Amino acid sequence: MKKDTKKIAVIDYGAGNIGSVVNALVKLGYQATVTDSVSAILKADAVFLPGVGAGGDTMQSLQASGMAAAVLKLVELRRPLFAICVGMQVLLSSTEEDGEHRCLGIIPGKVRKLPQGQKVPHMGWNQVRQVVSHPVFNNIPDNTDFYFVHSYYAHPADSSAVAGLTEYGIEFCSMLIKNNLFATQFHPEKSGEPGLIMYSNFLKYALS
Amino acid sequence: MLTKRVIPCLDVTDGRVVKGTSFTNLRDAGDPVEQAAFYYREGADELVFLDIGATPEARDTMVNVVEKVARQVFVPLCVGGGLRTIDDIRRILQAGADKVSINTAAVQNPGLLREGAAIFGRQCMVLAVDARRSVNENAAGWEVYTHGGRKPTGINVLKWIEEAVGLGAGEILLTSWDADGHRAGYDNELNRAVSELVAVPVIASGGAGTLEHLYQALALGRADAVLAASIFHYREYSIRQAKEYLAAKGIPVRLQ
Repeated sequence: MKKDTKKIAVIDYGAGNIGSVVNALVKLGYQATVTDSVSAILKADAVFLPGVGAGGDTMQSLQASGMAAAVLKLVELRRPLFAICVGMQVLLSSTEEDGEHRCLGIIPGKVRKLPQGQKVPHMGWNQVRQVVSHPVFNNIPDNTDFYFVHSYYAHPADSSAVAGLTEYGIEFCSMLIKNNLFATQFHPEKSGEPGLIMYSNFLKYALS
Repeated sequence: MLTKRVIPCLDVTDGRVVKGTSFTNLRDAGDPVEQAAFYYREGADELVFLDIGATPEARDTMVNVVEKVARQVFVPLCVGGGLRTIDDIRRILQAGADKVSINTAAVQNPGLLREGAAIFGRQCMVLAVDARRSVNENAAGWEVYTHGGRKPTGINVLKWIEEAVGLGAGEILLTSWDADGHRAGYDNELNRAVSELVAVPVIASGGAGTLEHLYQALALGRADAVLAASIFHYREYSIRQAKEYLAAKGIPVRLQ
């Protein structure tokens, strides 16, 4: 299959690590469109939702830009979607960052603060234990290190969508997979070769 | 388990990598884009670029370097040197940096940390501190030096770091003025004092001459990451050798 016949969109809502995600996709030989157009996003074959910063602010930006509705629609259509870091956190029901904020509610559960007793933010390379078997993990050994930088973590109400777990004072959900929705607390675009392999696996899965 | 990070530092001036002793006597050590790609392939956990020229022209060059590096290096990039305003920070982040390190500008205008953290997130805001062992009574222990280590401030290092973390610094890049460039080991009393003081990660910098020094900064200094320049630049040790050494001593590190 030719890489250039499929459309990849990176959602632009005025925040996040958009350039890094685009650089990674270009490195893998894909062309991606950075866009805040709902129609362009809904026409794409695979979509990335980047995220850096605070969960509450991110939710506000997503809502103000109309991107929250677009993300909900993508999930309803079961369109392949990869959400990163705060992009993962906003998929849950609510976050306790800077007070209580409602989130998208795609994955039932809460976003909580990492427990005290460890340095926060959780910053650096940590292992992801794969708890499901999925083509997105092809050629990525179990317990591979990925790059994290966050102070809050997703706590799903049940484990049905949990795909990866990471230990940092507690064991938390570092990766979710639900139908065609993929989400990582870590940053594949900053995780060296294993991160690039994960994006490549996702796109092969999504575009085939 | 969170691994300890090994971070090569590229001191850049006029678009070239240089390394000096106590901030002077520079020697050319190459092209920053090439160096960065080399370290990435070797397994560096992160890269730090310090623009030690930091003139307005040098800043344009740095933006250019960061753009090129970000297209081929997929680990976090931290850039510092001469960043004074929110616009300076935004420009370098847009070029592809993940974090900025702020030194003199934060001392002169601590509000920059608060404002930067509010706009970009505290994980973007790295406070760089040049700490010199001090006999000054007001700055007992270590004194903050600014302007590339040339200017004493009379400010106590520990007090300043505590204040800066309160304002929004998400990580501390801690350079020992006394140890930097001498390759005789980090100031691990300093590293430990800061690491135990604040809840944000501490990068130990200044003084690495051997792999044992890296180990000491992590084990005795309790740092979360070690930064080194010359031992990697001149190929005395590879990043991989450093990590294997640390792993053999029981330090958790990322080995590809």
